[in-house]
Amino acid sequence: MPEPIRLKDHEKDARQVRARAVVGAVAIALLSLVLVARLYYLQVIQYEQHSTLAENNRIHVQPIPPNRGLIFDRNGVILADNRPSFSLTVTRERAGDWQKVLDTIVRVLELGPEERTLFERRVRQGRRPFEPVPVLFELSEEQIACIAVNQFLLPGVEVAAQLVRHYPQSEHFAHSVGYVGRINERELKRLDPVAYSGTHHIGKTGVELFYEDLLHGQVGYEEVETNARGRVLRVLKHTDPVPGKDLTLSLDLSLQKAAEAALGDRRGAVIAIDPTSGEVLAMISQPSYNPNLFVTGISGKDYAALRDSIDRPLYNRVLRGIYPPGSTIKPVVALAGLDSGVVERSTRIFDPGFFQLPNVDHKYRNWNRGGDGWVNMEAAISRSNDTYFYSLAHRLGIDRLHRYLSHFGIGQRVSLDMFEEAEGLMPSREWKRIKRRQAWYPGETLITGIGQGYMLATPLQLAQATALLANKGKWHRPRLLMKADGLSPEQLMASGLLEARPAPPDIQLKDPHNWDLISSDMQQVVHGARGTAHKVGATARYRIAGKSGTAQVVAIRQGEKYDRNKLQERHRDHALFVAFAPAENPRIAVAVMVENGESGSGIAAPVAKQVMDAWLLDEKGRLKAQFAAPPQEPTNAQ
Amino acid sequence: MHNNFNNFDRTLSDEDVLRRRATLLQRLHIDGPLLLLLLLLAAGSLFVLYSASGRNLELVIKQASSFGFGMLAMLLIAQVEARFIARWVPLAYVLGVILLGVVEVMGHNAMGATRWINIPGVIRFQPSEFLKIIMPATIAWYLARNNLPPGLKHTAVSLALVGVPFVLILRQPDLGTAMLILASGAFVLFVAGLPWLWIGSAVAAVVPVAVGMWYFVLHDYQKQRIHTFLDPESDPLGTGWNIIQSKAAIGSGGVFGKGWLLGTQSHLDFLPESHTDFIIAVLAEEFGLVGVCLLLLVYLLLIARGMVITVQAQTLFGKLWAGGLTMTFFVYVFVNIGMVSGLLPVVGVPLPFISYGGTSLVTLLSGFGVLMSIHTHRKWIAQV
Repeated sequence: MPEPIRLKDHEKDARQVRARAVVGAVAIALLSLVLVARLYYLQVIQYEQHSTLAENNRIHVQPIPPNRGLIFDRNGVILADNRPSFSLTVTRERAGDWQKVLDTIVRVLELGPEERTLFERRVRQGRRPFEPVPVLFELSEEQIACIAVNQFLLPGVEVAAQLVRHYPQSEHFAHSVGYVGRINERELKRLDPVAYSGTHHIGKTGVELFYEDLLHGQVGYEEVETNARGRVLRVLKHTDPVPGKDLTLSLDLSLQKAAEAALGDRRGAVIAIDPTSGEVLAMISQPSYNPNLFVTGISGKDYAALRDSIDRPLYNRVLRGIYPPGSTIKPVVALAGLDSGVVERSTRIFDPGFFQLPNVDHKYRNWNRGGDGWVNMEAAISRSNDTYFYSLAHRLGIDRLHRYLSHFGIGQRVSLDMFEEAEGLMPSREWKRIKRRQAWYPGETLITGIGQGYMLATPLQLAQATALLANKGKWHRPRLLMKADGLSPEQLMASGLLEARPAPPDIQLKDPHNWDLISSDMQQVVHGARGTAHKVGATARYRIAGKSGTAQVVAIRQGEKYDRNKLQERHRDHALFVAFAPAENPRIAVAVMVENGESGSGIAAPVAKQVMDAWLLDEKGRLKAQFAAPPQEPTNAQ
Repeated sequence: MHNNFNNFDRTLSDEDVLRRRATLLQRLHIDGPLLLLLLLLAAGSLFVLYSASGRNLELVIKQASSFGFGMLAMLLIAQVEARFIARWVPLAYVLGVILLGVVEVMGHNAMGATRWINIPGVIRFQPSEFLKIIMPATIAWYLARNNLPPGLKHTAVSLALVGVPFVLILRQPDLGTAMLILASGAFVLFVAGLPWLWIGSAVAAVVPVAVGMWYFVLHDYQKQRIHTFLDPESDPLGTGWNIIQSKAAIGSGGVFGKGWLLGTQSHLDFLPESHTDFIIAVLAEEFGLVGVCLLLLVYLLLIARGMVITVQAQTLFGKLWAGGLTMTFFVYVFVNIGMVSGLLPVVGVPLPFISYGGTSLVTLLSGFGVLMSIHTHRKWIAQV
């Protein structure tokens, strides 16, 4: 059957196309509505959300670190300043393969694998995205040039100028001012992340640590617009940082140097306090170290050398060194005896060279085995007679000894503003019961009376006890800070900028005249013909009240190697001397400790005198006018 | 071809001939509404591009010259009678497929995909663009030879004709273009009156095929891409970045936009591909919902004119070709805006006339040249 011929029906085709075109147009219109609805959803309903996202994209807040406050000595000599220093920074997000970039830096600057490890550690410590992390400090001109030439190989690497702490006096103030160092991970957890957002360094010891909050200042901000790669395009808002407060310390550079010179190359500690105010005038712990090494990160080798040195340069002997105070506390014991009435000024004791408790065979020996015969208080102090003080201590008993010596600062932190001060130890019955689970033995009272036994004190505590003797019991906590932006430590404490450490109550004697008597006896130590330190007194241009002492070195300290020769030398007694002057108008109280110096009067006393000379005498060797006489009371004009 | 003499919709009365005396535009074979809308788009496009490219005047000038070149191509094509083109369509199709084959074998590789034929110093040519015009023409030519609606055999042949270039382009790989080619062929079938039952069956078949592909065909990275499309926040720094940023750009534009050159997302480089595929986000950010709606309006007017041309075309071939081109044009718009605004997965489809790129511009304008040709040559008998 033939297939019917299908003619082309143009009208029908046209209708077909027209119908489909209409359907298509409707579909297009509907789909267009879908698009509009979608845009409406994004641009109107979700506008806030997307707007915020877009803003957060572009706006970043960058911290501007505040300049750290400067530190001056009492005469305005700068002890810690901020020096522009060029450091090499790496921004991980911009570096691409930052490990490779670090390799390139090491190669270009011809550094070793040790630095490579250090760099990597520092980069990993980076805290925020797009933050340039300093990896190498104190770039030399040559190094900057090397980086500039190879910049194309070093994406994300920049030479940045920043202020870095510098200690122009180097090791002279390492133990007082301390140093700053890079913030470590432990500190990072503790610190306010906002306040320290731009800061890389923090005080690690000394004044730098203690006054960190004052020195640091307030961080500033910059709101910047950045592009998708983090590059800053413009600054939208700028808040200036508030620089840290400048600190003026009471330390005196020339006195500090004089004291170091007096100590020579011996190991030891010197601390000088103005008894009228508690201001620390000099603070030396020898040997010392260069604090600048720590600022930009000390190398492992250098640190190991400092740490492992047998001379322990990192050890702050003034604050951390605890020694039996020896005879230096005898004036305080004598004062306790007078004030509590167990002895009279005129009480005499016969010294056969030893002291025996009733019914006990043990002989507590005087340092002078031959004995001094009949001794009164003046002779006992000036000759440092042990027998007298065994007897006195026995009469006082440990309870009263503890009370008086504690009041003079033994066994407690005395300073106002010093970091990591050791407490020392003032033994008592209670202490022994708790710590040793033993009763107190009378014999222990005797040796406490001559500053031996359990008792341990820092040179700072000895100086403070001496200052208290000098100013008749008026308590001023020793402090390093004189002014911070014009504010005294007391004002800082009042305004809450400094943690309050109120001074203990002043020492009130039943008879204030006893202060003068003890001072007089201490002057006999130096100026009396039979005084232990009479050689020092012979050349003195002013009256010195002093007391010598020796501290027994009991055991080998930890960390020292067994070396016979060294050991013997380091087994010798530490030489101690405390003094204040001028005796009639005390303006300086000094404590000197010479490690293994053996003789308090022979070795330590001359050091103390040189320090006092440096403070009290003018260049012609005469007592400075302001120290000459007691300050005149304003006379009442009738 | 002589029977084409009979291909009138209707005979013109004398009155008609008098009323429709050829104007200057008609003599030049230019369609006024289309030209006006295209010039409007060209001007607007250059403004947006200047901002989107980060004030790159060089780029804008290049795009402007592409516009000029494209307009020239459009006007030249408009001079050629569609019936004349129809004769050469089969040959053009064969040539296009052969060129695709050549690309497959020895094409020039750019940006991870082989799409170009590059004879250095002579020509750099993308056969797939050529096929965007020729593909609907081929199907139109094939279907116009027979009565509508197309039967099973004609449909199958049509699908085969579409399938060859589709597969070749898919292998380049260029999913976006392949889909546009597929769409242009499918739309001709649709306009030709493909039975609804078949269309319904095809759509219904998509679901099981898609599920099967998910489990057996798709590579992990392709699954990842689909996953990112469904939940861009799941990978905000990787593949989701683009879509999150483009949504933020569009959304932060609000109703009236941030102002020309003031879009932060694009100017600070948060927006990827800001002057090519994602340019609508720049426009949306700087001109807001109002700006995008105005653009959509221009597009819809172009499409409406294309529909009018489709309906008024005098030959079936012209109708089908014009309908296919017009609907495909909408697919460009819909897919691009849909993908940038997060409605559709990201496939490489530029926004017509706005995205930077000379090739696609010339292709699109050529398509409109075809529409003009179909429309302006239809009164040939009256002009004799």
